[in-house]
Amino acid sequence: MADATTAQAYNALVRSRVAAQASYRASFAIELGSQVLLVLIEFVEVYVVFHQVDALGGFDFAEVAVMYGLSAVGFGLADMVVGHVDRLPFYVRTGTFDAFLLRPLSALGQLVTSDFSLRRLGRIGSGVVVLVIALAGADVDWTPARALLVVVTPLAGGVIFGAVFVATCTIGFHVVEGMEFANAFTYGGNYLSSFPFNIFGTFIRRFFTFVVPAAFVAYLPTLALLGRSDPAGLPGWLSWSAVPAALIAAAAAGWIWRLGLRHYVGAGS
Amino acid sequence: MSVIAVGPAVALAGAGYRRWATYRQAALAGVFVNTVFGVIKLSILLGIADSAGGTVAGYDAASLSTYAWVSQGLIAVVMIFAWTELADRVRTGDIAVDLARPVDLQLSWLAQDIGRAAWALLSRAVVPIVFGAIFFGFYWPTDPTAIILLPVSILLAVCVSFAGRFMVNLTAFWLTEIRGLVLLYVLVAGLLGGHLVPVQLFPDWLQAAAYATPFPAMVQFPINLMTGQATGLRALGEVAVQVAWAVGLLLLGRLVLSRATRKLVVQGG
Amino acid sequence: MIVEVTDLRREFVVRRRAGRLRRTRDVVAAVDGVTFGIAPGECVGYIGANGAGKSTTIKMLTGILVPTSGTVRVCGLEPVRDRTTLARRIGVVFGQRSQLWWDLPLRDSFRLLGAIHRLPTSAWEPRLAECVQLLEMEPFLDTPVRQLSLGQRMRGEVTAALLHSPELLVLDEPTIGLDLLSKERLRAFLVRERAERGTTVLLTTHDLPDIERLCDRILVVDHGRVAFDGDLPGLVARVGAERVLVVDLAEPGPPLIDVPGTTLRAVEADGLRQHLAFRKEDTTAAAVVAAVSARVELRDLAVHEPAIEDVVRRLYLE
Repeated sequence: MADATTAQAYNALVRSRVAAQASYRASFAIELGSQVLLVLIEFVEVYVVFHQVDALGGFDFAEVAVMYGLSAVGFGLADMVVGHVDRLPFYVRTGTFDAFLLRPLSALGQLVTSDFSLRRLGRIGSGVVVLVIALAGADVDWTPARALLVVVTPLAGGVIFGAVFVATCTIGFHVVEGMEFANAFTYGGNYLSSFPFNIFGTFIRRFFTFVVPAAFVAYLPTLALLGRSDPAGLPGWLSWSAVPAALIAAAAAGWIWRLGLRHYVGAGS
Repeated sequence: MSVIAVGPAVALAGAGYRRWATYRQAALAGVFVNTVFGVIKLSILLGIADSAGGTVAGYDAASLSTYAWVSQGLIAVVMIFAWTELADRVRTGDIAVDLARPVDLQLSWLAQDIGRAAWALLSRAVVPIVFGAIFFGFYWPTDPTAIILLPVSILLAVCVSFAGRFMVNLTAFWLTEIRGLVLLYVLVAGLLGGHLVPVQLFPDWLQAAAYATPFPAMVQFPINLMTGQATGLRALGEVAVQVAWAVGLLLLGRLVLSRATRKLVVQGG
Repeated sequence: MIVEVTDLRREFVVRRRAGRLRRTRDVVAAVDGVTFGIAPGECVGYIGANGAGKSTTIKMLTGILVPTSGTVRVCGLEPVRDRTTLARRIGVVFGQRSQLWWDLPLRDSFRLLGAIHRLPTSAWEPRLAECVQLLEMEPFLDTPVRQLSLGQRMRGEVTAALLHSPELLVLDEPTIGLDLLSKERLRAFLVRERAERGTTVLLTTHDLPDIERLCDRILVVDHGRVAFDGDLPGLVARVGAERVLVVDLAEPGPPLIDVPGTTLRAVEADGLRQHLAFRKEDTTAAAVVAAVSARVELRDLAVHEPAIEDVVRRLYLE
C-alpha cells in the first residue's frame, strides 16, 4: 500500500498546504509568535510552582522543566502534523469528507494531510529551548542510551499525542457537536504530562498511563534519564518504553479510526 | 449616550440564554473537559501544598479544592476563552445591521452576554463544583459579607470580561486578522486573572503586574469570596475594584466603538 | 453491466424529540428495494423529487454508504469494500459540494488529483489540455477556486472527475444554479465526451433539457422505489405530459376553444392572454401557432415545456 507513488501523492498534498500558508506571511509571523508565547505562559505556571516550593512530588525545578520540555516538543509535533484532525465534524458537514472517500487514497491519510500547521514550529522551537536548558540544569548521568532516549522521546511523544488526536477525533463521526470531549484527552494529556505523575490520584495516574499513554511522553522517560524509580511503584523497564507505547497507541488509534469510519459509512450501526 | 431600557435588556438576556441553551451536547462535553482539567489542576496545587507543609500562601487543602473547582466552573460563565462573535460580524459587515438597530450596540451585546452567562452558570458551573465538593475536600464560605457579595461579584466579573472581549473584538475594524491577538489576550487573561494558579501564589513582581490589569477582577476576585481569601472589608474592597473596572472598561469600549463607527461611516468599512 | 443494483435498501434511524425528555426512534427507508442495471456506454438520468432517495443511491454506488440490504456492483467491484480501487475507475461530481482545493489555483487542484490518482504526467496532462480547450478554462486556470464563479467552478469539477479517464461518470445535479449558457456548454461537452470515449454516465437532475440532450434512458424513483424505467418519449407518452403555448393577442379576443389538438387551459385579461395545452403526439407547436394566427392577430407567444417535477408528479397520480 505504501508504495512510492502513494508517498508522492501525500507529499504533493502536504506541500500544497505548506505553500498555502506561506502566502500569508504577516499573519503567519503573528501566529508563530503567539505559539512561542503560549509555551512561555504555560511555563510561567511551572515557574510559579517553584517560586512557592523547592520540590513537587520530590522533583526539583530543573527535573520538572525537563518533563515540561519533553511534553511541549512532543505535543507540538503532534499538533503540527495531525492536530487539525479535530476539524472532522466540519469536513463531514461541508461534504469535504465525502470528497476524501471518492479519491483512491486512505481517508485518514487525506484528513491528516489536509493541513500542516507550520506555526506550531513556534511551540516546538521554544519547547526545545526549555528542554535543553532544563537538561543542562538537571542532574543527568549521561550514557549513550540516555542520549538516544532524549532524542527519541519527543518523537515517541509526538506519535502518542498524534494517536490521541486521531482516536478522539472519531467522536465527530458519532455526535454532531461533542468534539470538545476530545480536549480532555489531547490538551488535558499535554497539561498533565508536564508534571510528575506521583502527585496525581491512582485513577488519573493509571488512566493516563494505560488508557491514554501520556505518562510515556515525559514523566517516565524523565525517570529513566534521572536514573530514578517511580515513587508510585511502576516497574523500571516501563520508563524506557516510550517507543513501544507509541507503537501500541498508533495501532489502537488506527483501529478506533476504522470503527468510526465504519459507523460513518453506515456499517457499524 | 442612548441607554437601554429594562424591558428590551431582559428580552435580550433571555435571547442570549436560549440561544446557548440549544447546544446541549456541547455543554455536556464542556462540563466533562472542565472537570478533567479541574482534577489535574487540583492535583498540582495539592502537590505544592504538600511540599510546602500543608498550606501555601494562605490556602489549605480544602480552600485549594474550592479554588480549583470554582475556577473551572467559572470558565464558561466568565468566558475567558476565545470569543470572536462580534469580530466576525465586523469582518462580514453584518455589524452595520446591528448599528442600525434602535438599541445601544454595546449594552445590547452585554445583555445577551449576561443571558449566556446565566445559562453557563446552570449548565457548566454547577456540575464541576458539585463534583469537586463530593469527591474532594471543599471549603464553604462562612463570612456573611462574602456570601452576600458573591452573586454581585460574579455578575461584575462577567461585565468586566465582556468589556475586555468587546474591545478586543472591535480591533477587527482596523486589523484584517485578529486570531493571533485573541489567542494572546486569552493566554494573558488566563494567567494574570489567576485561572491557572491563584494570583496569591505569584512572585511579588508578577502579582503587582496582575493587579495592575483588569484580569483578576474577571476570575480571582469572585473566587476569593468562595475560598475565604476575601472577607469583610477586603471583600467589599475587591468588589469596588470590580465596579471600577467594569465602568471604566465599558466607557472605554464606547469610546473605541464611536471611533470605529466613524471609520465605518467615513470609509464605508 | 457496469452498474448492477439488486433489491437495494437503505434505512435510516430518525430520532425525534417528543416532549421534553422523551425521544422517538423511527426507521425510515430512504431506498426501498431498488433494482436496475446500466450497460457500458449508456447515459441514464436518475430523477425524482427531493428526498426520493437519489443521493442515498449515489452514495451507495460510490462507496460512501453501506446498503442495509441488497447488492451493489460497480465496475464489477463492491463499492464500500473496494472503495479506493473503485475510485480510480469512476469519476463523481456533486453539484453542491466541491472536491477542489478552495484556497489553491484551479491548476494546482488538477496537479494534486493527478498525484492522488498516481497518474504519470503523460497520462493526465493531455487529458487536461483537452478539457481546458473544450470547456474554455484557460482564462481562470490560475485563479484560486474560491474566487471562481459557479459556472467556472463546475467546469473545473467535471474536469477533475474526468482527469483519470473513468469508465463511469456520476453527476449529481451538475447543472444546478448554472446560467443557460453554462448549462449548454456543459451539456455539449458531455455529449462529446460520450461520443469520443464511450464513457458511461449516471446523472441526477431537475432539468428536463439535461435529460433531453444527454440521456438514452430515465429511471424515476419515488419513495425509495423505481417508478419508471424507459426513455423520455415513453415517459411522456405514459403520463401524457403537456406542452403549453401561451399566446398574447393584439386585442382581447374570444376564448380559443376549438384549435385542433389543443385544450384551452386558461384565459387572462379578458382574452388578451390565453394558455393552450397540447401533446407532442397530437400536434406540433408550429401547427398550433398557424391555427391560432389564422383566427386572431398574435402579438407574442411562448412555449412552456413540461417540468420534470410535473412529469414525475403525473406518474404518481396514475
